[in-house]
Amino acid sequence: MKPINKLEIKFPSNSVNEGFARAAVSAFLSQLDPTLGELTDLKTAVSEAVTNAIVHGYKEELGPVYITVKIFEGGKVTVRVRDKGCGIPDIPKAMEPLYTTGGEERAGLGFAVMQSFCDSVRVTSKVGKGVSVTLCKHFESRV
Amino acid sequence: MQFFYEEGVLTAKLAGEIDHHSAREIRELIDDHSRRKKPYCLRLDFTNVPFMDSSGIGLILGRVRLLQLWRGRVVLCGLSGNLNKMVELSGVSGVAAIERRAG
Repeated sequence: MKPINKLEIKFPSNSVNEGFARAAVSAFLSQLDPTLGELTDLKTAVSEAVTNAIVHGYKEELGPVYITVKIFEGGKVTVRVRDKGCGIPDIPKAMEPLYTTGGEERAGLGFAVMQSFCDSVRVTSKVGKGVSVTLCKHFESRV
Repeated sequence: MQFFYEEGVLTAKLAGEIDHHSAREIRELIDDHSRRKKPYCLRLDFTNVPFMDSSGIGLILGRVRLLQLWRGRVVLCGLSGNLNKMVELSGVSGVAAIERRAG
């Protein structure tokens, strides 16, 4: 299916860009006239995915983070967050709630939050090549 | 962020969005005040926090661990909307009390 609108952004993995990333996605989706709840849910999931790319994908180094947002007929939205970092060797393990390699200030809830705040989450990765996370959420039409 | 201390209770009035980026500075400020006052209760007031991702949960859990060093406890207040959802999902209410406004 062809999207009716699309946004592509690329930015370096500086943590200061986490706020920019979710605000940009949120601003782009304002054309759907979403409810605040729907928008905040997706913003939260985007924040988790981008933080994962910055904290786990690139660790101490900097690298590019890519976000592609697609809007489809009927209010379906996909957000793909991609990095070219170290990758995830064991995706099911990484997606277990409370599992973290991020130290004691990280709750290990990133994927659990993405899954409960979106309709579906798809993760693909190649070790040494990076991670791609696709969030999918349906926005109810209010028209 | 503002701090108030009264009779063993330290209140940190958080302000702004909480994510991985902002959590570091917030954590340092809270820990600095907490270590000096050693309160029996640390109240984290989220009234002026419009957005929080799971970094906020990490922040709460870390402060629970810090306060345990002197048998203090953490209380969360002013939670609304997205923050409630995040707190419920995390199960953090098992280790920190949640103060709800009456009415």
